[in-house]
Amino acid sequence: MQEFAPDVLVAGGGNAALCAAIAARRAGASVLVLEAAPRFYRGGNSRHTRNMRVAHDTATANLTGRYTEEEFRDDLLRVTSGATDDDLARLMIHESKDMVHWIGAQGVRFQPPLSGTLSLGRTNSFFLGGGRAMLNALYRTAEALGVAVRYDSEIVDLAIDDNHFKAAVVLENGARYSVPARAFVAAAGGFEANTEWLEKAWGPSAGNFLIRGSPYNRGTVLKCLLEKGAAEVGDPTQCHAVAIDARAPKFDGGIITRLDCVVFGIVVNRHAERFSDEGEDIWPKRYAIWGRLVAAQPDQIAYILFDARAITLFMPSLYPPIQADDIRTLAARLDLDPDALETTVAGFNAACRPGRFDPEILDDCATVGLVPPKSHWARPLTTAPFYAYPVRPGITFTYLGTRVNSEARLLMQDGRAASNMFAAGEIMAGNVLGRGYAAGIGMTIGSVFGRIAGTGAARHAQD
Amino acid sequence: MHRTDALAEGDRVMTVCNACRYCEGLCAVFPAMEMRRSFADGDLDYLANLCHHCGACFYDCQFAPPHEFNVNVPLALAKIRAQSYARNTWPGFFSPLFARNAVAVSALALASLVGFLAGFALAGANALFRAHAGPGAFYVIMSHHAMVVVFGIAFLAALAALAAGLAHFWRGISEPAATLASPALLAAATHDAATLRYLDGGGAGCMNEDERPTDRRALFHHLAFWGFLSCFAATCVGTIYHYGLGREAPYPWWDLPVVLGTLGGFGLVVGTPGLLLARLRRDPAIADAANSGMETTFIVMLFLTALSGLAVLFFRATPAMAVLLALHLGIVFTLFLAFPYGKFVHGLYRFAALVRYARERRTLAATPDRGS
Repeated sequence: MQEFAPDVLVAGGGNAALCAAIAARRAGASVLVLEAAPRFYRGGNSRHTRNMRVAHDTATANLTGRYTEEEFRDDLLRVTSGATDDDLARLMIHESKDMVHWIGAQGVRFQPPLSGTLSLGRTNSFFLGGGRAMLNALYRTAEALGVAVRYDSEIVDLAIDDNHFKAAVVLENGARYSVPARAFVAAAGGFEANTEWLEKAWGPSAGNFLIRGSPYNRGTVLKCLLEKGAAEVGDPTQCHAVAIDARAPKFDGGIITRLDCVVFGIVVNRHAERFSDEGEDIWPKRYAIWGRLVAAQPDQIAYILFDARAITLFMPSLYPPIQADDIRTLAARLDLDPDALETTVAGFNAACRPGRFDPEILDDCATVGLVPPKSHWARPLTTAPFYAYPVRPGITFTYLGTRVNSEARLLMQDGRAASNMFAAGEIMAGNVLGRGYAAGIGMTIGSVFGRIAGTGAARHAQD
Repeated sequence: MHRTDALAEGDRVMTVCNACRYCEGLCAVFPAMEMRRSFADGDLDYLANLCHHCGACFYDCQFAPPHEFNVNVPLALAKIRAQSYARNTWPGFFSPLFARNAVAVSALALASLVGFLAGFALAGANALFRAHAGPGAFYVIMSHHAMVVVFGIAFLAALAALAAGLAHFWRGISEPAATLASPALLAAATHDAATLRYLDGGGAGCMNEDERPTDRRALFHHLAFWGFLSCFAATCVGTIYHYGLGREAPYPWWDLPVVLGTLGGFGLVVGTPGLLLARLRRDPAIADAANSGMETTFIVMLFLTALSGLAVLFFRATPAMAVLLALHLGIVFTLFLAFPYGKFVHGLYRFAALVRYARERRTLAATPDRGS
């Protein structure tokens, strides 16, 4: 490795990192991006995204209607229950207006929403070809501008002296070397792929969690920063998790292992017992609680059961459902107690009040006298064949991060702002998103704070 | 379940894609896929022929190899497409010609060339190496009547085989015949085909060597396609001149058949090497190596057709004319006869797939919300 001391060193290779790198390079700094993943897996969880939430005052070719800053802020306050730094949130939302144009100028293309499942056509701008296409465009632009990118290069240690970044220690294909730089941008994601870390917060049950995204988000940079004086933000014990197909690979199954059929059936645990109201609210408002619900069940596994009437009501998924012509056979195929499952289904069927089934609204098909109840879309499971999907918690991202100010500058444990360290993306998302989630907001956080961080880092490096 | 491994793989890949749908803005294949929940052989034949192999979805895919889901839509559909050509061939016993296309077409070309040369020689040996000029100069070598008979038969035979193949394909994808009779749908498909609407990665451009959309296949295809049509138009105008106006070839350089033929010839001579070069540079990850012979053969034949045609034009007043004419006629004769048994059929099946997609798009537009 030849000596290369860039003005700005960017840790990470996703949307936030690339926006920071491009902004810094455009501001005249020399930039090195260190991506822990191999080239194909570059980009962390940005690879699995498909849109970005942006405020806008009028409809555009790709956005179906206006989405004001106020409405965006209301949505953010609602999903986080107020767990957000309001100054940073306002800044981000204001900047998001220009971001769709800025990132477009970096080569990223958008498309009109065609068949999104969550009706996001008004609030979110969709990347043509999805997250990897967006990343490819950003990398192309960065490289054309002269940003240096190294893959398979994991930052394993940081030399920080008196809140001042000196150098990063890099492990590249077994070789360790040090990269000094004038400014540092931490955009290396969260720690959701670090099972040991997850087990600290969740206990051994975390071993049964699946990781929906990159296996390279091990949180090494986050850990270094927190150990060396950076102030933390966000609940260290929380993560965003949904219930995904239990047959999904341990890492990187992405969007295609999700299941949108909970509301159309019942969900039972290993003991063939229901444990939560499957029809509490429309799916887009409830899908994010099911990861934690399943995590609390024995062995962190559950089974979504539905019948032939529901099979076409939801988006197809990667794996075919397990099916049988009667409940007992289905139970046997799921390795559940047939008597117990039959009892649960019979109890549920008997409790279903007749109503007008309508998947588009909160209909009046509810159970009576059942604990837990099913408040909507409750129809007896009577039409063979019967289907089941086994599900496990699938972690999307973690909330713990580094605290930043409106310059995306790290705030340290002693209350001062770091002189030359910045953060962007998932590693600091907890500042804005202390809890909950709204589709496409991760990309907004990454792009907005990436650009701010890159610009600030370049300015510092050139002073 | 599926007739071949390629179809089984297509089913697997489309099932992954249908659960993702990130590529739905790239082309027609993905919206068409979203209208289905399972993929029978006919569905896959349709989707495969709808695919223009622009490559964008491969480089945009987070599940492409080396990811364990191993999603490679361009390759999976290319293999199914090639199989559909062979399967729909009429008469069926000619279907092996697709796999050994280069050998078969070369042999036919050689035989045709020898045939024309021998025919010319027998017709008037002393006329073969002399310069000829003025109206009817070509017909000293071979009578117009003979040309019409020989090429008319070849053309009609090709047309019949193509029509039978199309009917077979159409039945295979289970689309009602009425769709092909709708002027509005035919117009929509003609527009999509003529503009190569789906050979541009959804607006970003085609990808061929890597994830950079630097590919110029759409441009070269336009040159070749419109060049071919222009040459065909030249032939038609010449026929009208001959029978309608009583004017015999060769025509002066400024006359319509020559202008159309020359422009078309240049289009082909520039377009086909461009396409060939793109094939050579293609990322092996998305190239269907097993069927590259068929594609290369078709491109080379078009190139030779144009080159020999231009040679006849430029040297028609010299003693080389007769040999060049034999060469050109031999190549054109081969091209026509081989149409139903090579890459030419891609245009036919893709157009048919676009007609069906126009129908499905219309159905889709009438459905206000297909999200769930």
